[in-house]
Amino acid sequence: MNAGLDRELLAEVSQFLYLEARLQDAHAYDEWEALWTDDGMYWVPANGNDIDPETQMSILYDNRSRIALRIKQLKTGKRHSQTPPSRLGRIVSNVELIDVAESEIRVGSCVQIFESNARADTIWAARNEHLLRRTESGLRMAEKKVMFVNNDKALYTLSFLI
Amino acid sequence: MTQPLFNWDSLILRDRVHGSLYSDAEIFNQELEKIWYKTWVYVGHETEIPNADDFVMKSIGPQEIIMTRSGDGEIHLLLNRCAHRGNQLCLDPCGNRKVFVCPYHSWSYRNDGELRGLPFADGYEGVDRSEIGLAKVSRVASYRGFVFGSFAEQGPSLKEHLGGAAEAIDRLAMASPEGKVQITAGFLKHKAKANWKFLVENETDGYHPAFVHASIFQVAKSGIGDLYSSKSTAVARDLGNGHTENDLRPEFRRIGRPMGWFGTNEQRLPDYAAKMRAAYGNDRANQIMIDGTPHIMIFPNLFIAEIQIFVIQPLSVDETVQHVTALQFEGALDLNRRLLQQTMGSVGPAGFLLADDSEMYERTQRGVQARLPAYNYLGRGLHRERRDEDGYLVADATDEVTSRGIWRHYRQLMEAE
Ligand code: FES
Ligand SMILES: [Fe+2]
Repeated sequence: MNAGLDRELLAEVSQFLYLEARLQDAHAYDEWEALWTDDGMYWVPANGNDIDPETQMSILYDNRSRIALRIKQLKTGKRHSQTPPSRLGRIVSNVELIDVAESEIRVGSCVQIFESNARADTIWAARNEHLLRRTESGLRMAEKKVMFVNNDKALYTLSFLI
Repeated sequence: MTQPLFNWDSLILRDRVHGSLYSDAEIFNQELEKIWYKTWVYVGHETEIPNADDFVMKSIGPQEIIMTRSGDGEIHLLLNRCAHRGNQLCLDPCGNRKVFVCPYHSWSYRNDGELRGLPFADGYEGVDRSEIGLAKVSRVASYRGFVFGSFAEQGPSLKEHLGGAAEAIDRLAMASPEGKVQITAGFLKHKAKANWKFLVENETDGYHPAFVHASIFQVAKSGIGDLYSSKSTAVARDLGNGHTENDLRPEFRRIGRPMGWFGTNEQRLPDYAAKMRAAYGNDRANQIMIDGTPHIMIFPNLFIAEIQIFVIQPLSVDETVQHVTALQFEGALDLNRRLLQQTMGSVGPAGFLLADDSEMYERTQRGVQARLPAYNYLGRGLHRERRDEDGYLVADATDEVTSRGIWRHYRQLMEAE
């Protein structure tokens, strides 16, 4: 066992990840967006996890204003691929503190998402990496990277919050 | 005379098509033989394998194709099947290899498909090795770096097949100050539970954007919506051979702003604009930057969509993959970055645009399984079809002259011996 493990911090971070997961499953768009810092970066690479997002296609590579746009689009009620919204249940696990600095914490976790929509029931699996920042209003996401296990393959539409 | 399998007269009418064309597995099998394994199909781009011995995994419909460049610079389209006992030869998406070795019994092949060696050769006494090798797509040809393959030994040349579509590829290349397109950004692969023809038809359907993409038009400043309104001066064109386009130039010329087609202006791309003016001269560069790049569906599987290309790959009657990447232009660094950014926002499984297009593909696939009405109605704008100065059939921006052109060509292919 790691004697230096900060159980309190791990619990706090885990609770944050569970909260995020619940907001996503519930399509609580505004509340989820509020979890981001003003400089947040949201990245879902394709064809591996270590591509250069500045020169290679990613499934999603959003700066903060594009995250806002994504949320606005979902809220129009005309985002057909989420009308009706997917029904979602996700499990977040394997939470690890990767790097702990004064005000920023890098966290690894695994997620499995069960999606049910008109097409079918689909299981998504990914490893996530969050960079959480301590702010006056609590922990916030400065970076989120979602690494789908099968991001080298053809994927069905995924327009819910991942 | 053998009895035709299908009664095309009742399946494809002037203004409507039968729903079973999208859902009948037997029709899909026929399409593989008569279209995908016969006509010219887009495979990949030369810039994906720039160096000797580069290879990249591609496809023609459900067939995996290894696109290689041999030492002499020649491009080959090889089928991914060992000539011995059929093992899948290559599992890597790309790489650099002079020789492909089959892991099963170690037969090896040169990257032009020829057999190079087989272990324990005493077991093959008297065998003519030149008869054994990887199967190749019969004909390979490229146009401005776009590589096409045809499984038919004979038939129209690529140039004949492209016809009026070649000019659109020329126009595309001119968006580069060097006159060269690059496909270097890697592909997103987006799967839809839908028949491939729903995708092909949708690519030049100018009727749907106002509705399918209403959500993004409502929240993002985008001129796309106006291009496909009923007031738009853009035209839908049937270029023949199944190729169709939405020609947006009339609208861009009306607006008359260099780089307006890309939703920006040349002040924001000073390096690109300067290079274009140096390369083409002021007037020509101005015109190119006003006109923008084409929006053309090259039958059956290459969709050039202004800033990106889609390659359509049917897997089965109701499953299709779209491979999509941002266009990159040689000598246009500042433009390329923005092309990539904008493409990533728009396309792929989470794209602002394509997620909703795909939703429609899947819903129409489920929809046409309803027994009635038996036909999809594609008669929009029939009364205002006209010939343009080149003799092509055109109609208004939102008209279904494009779908009708696709089906006319499709029927010819399916009826051919
Ligand atoms: S199957 Fe390839 S060497 Fe035997
Ligand atoms: Fe669309």
